[in-house]
Amino acid sequence: MSENRYGLNKNLAQMLKGGVIMDVTTPEQAKIAEAAGACAVMALERIPADIRAAGGVSRMSDPKMIKGIQKAVSIPVMAKARIGHFVEAQILEALEIDYIDESEVLSPADDTYHIDKTKFKVPFVCGARNLGEALRRIAEGASMIRTKGEAGTGDVIQAVRHMRTIQSEMRKIQSMREDELFNTAKELAVPYDLVKFVHENGKLPVVNFSAGGVATPADAALMMQLGAEGVFVGSGIFKSGNPEKRAAAIVKAVTNYNNPAVLAELSEDLGEAMVGINPDEIKVIMESR
Amino acid sequence: MVIAVLAVQGSFFEHEQILEKLGVEYFEIRRKADLDKHFDGLILPGGESTTMGKLLKELDIFDTLQKKIADGLPVYGTCAGMILLANNLSNDKNVYFGTMDITVKRNAYGRQLGSFETVSDVKGIGEVPMVFIRAPYIESVGEGVDVLATVNGNIVAARQDNQLATSFHPELTDDTSVHQYFLDMIK
Repeated sequence: MSENRYGLNKNLAQMLKGGVIMDVTTPEQAKIAEAAGACAVMALERIPADIRAAGGVSRMSDPKMIKGIQKAVSIPVMAKARIGHFVEAQILEALEIDYIDESEVLSPADDTYHIDKTKFKVPFVCGARNLGEALRRIAEGASMIRTKGEAGTGDVIQAVRHMRTIQSEMRKIQSMREDELFNTAKELAVPYDLVKFVHENGKLPVVNFSAGGVATPADAALMMQLGAEGVFVGSGIFKSGNPEKRAAAIVKAVTNYNNPAVLAELSEDLGEAMVGINPDEIKVIMESR
Repeated sequence: MVIAVLAVQGSFFEHEQILEKLGVEYFEIRRKADLDKHFDGLILPGGESTTMGKLLKELDIFDTLQKKIADGLPVYGTCAGMILLANNLSNDKNVYFGTMDITVKRNAYGRQLGSFETVSDVKGIGEVPMVFIRAPYIESVGEGVDVLATVNGNIVAARQDNQLATSFHPELTDDTSVHQYFLDMIK
């Protein structure tokens, strides 16, 4: 049996495409997410909106809570480790988590180094605001990327900005002369091979989802039309008036993101959306982590 | 010949790339209106079977496809697609199309750490590179189901008349032989 873990890990992300990954804090929420059609769940103790409200240091979730969620559902279970906290990642790997999110939503453990993800058998997803960040995380071993957005705000503006930035930077590299790629690699501080891949393919070498601030079916479809291959929804679901209905509607919106008539139907009567906060009005900006 | 690819969630794009390589015309099924077009074969891709099963029903695609398969439409299911075809799941109460007389175990190799690659023989095709991602396998088959491949004693490919199912993902490799086999089933 050949052991191509990185290939296998990139392939798991392929299976998640066109899907919605939902933040859940309890086995009950995980079951609601699975029943609504989530393609995976992110197990965490507090959703980003509550992390903001609580303040303080936010860490990896209790393994007991993660195990409870693993037991409750049959879809892949992801969990978050702090940026640079490779021991939290080792613990999550020991729990046989399906994907580790090295996440800016938790308090960073290291302000210089990210986790060397090539040392792990389980896959990692990392956040990115621009192409340089995305390719650096991939060089460190991430097998999936998500744009950061600004988690826990219910405001989609940062997610839009990050997705547009990455897409336009990729289009620019695609149109470059080959001899210009070396300098781009230097400027972005990323390996030349990755820049060359983007030049030739016009996309990242791994799946790219959108995250941070998605609260409605329209938000999810917006991110898909801007080039996301799937969507993470955090606080948007379980901070809303009718989580079951909203979750199912967002799942369907991601499948039919190009069909306004379907989107109109889905957006109807979803109850209260999460209240949301404007990123300009908050103190903790997670995206810059 | 036109192939329809179920595109509600999962790795449908990779199947489409293989069909393009083979020079076969295809289109995506995402909603009921897509079923009005003519197609000679159907591909059910990998992804999450719970997600796809729910979307099939809610988008009102399920009944039409189920009837077409039962009436003999050639269909190829990979991984989650195999789960959709099975008439029994040993570790799940759900049954989706239920048109194929096989008992399938979901996530049979465990979580992502259990995912693996290998190369093995498929009856009627030869050696095929096989990628297993949180894959199911077939525990038992009914009469009229032809076992096409086993890996470590577990059934990973089978055919029942117009229905082909594999636990692994040929669409994630450069190998087009399993898709060619499926196209040859459409006559």
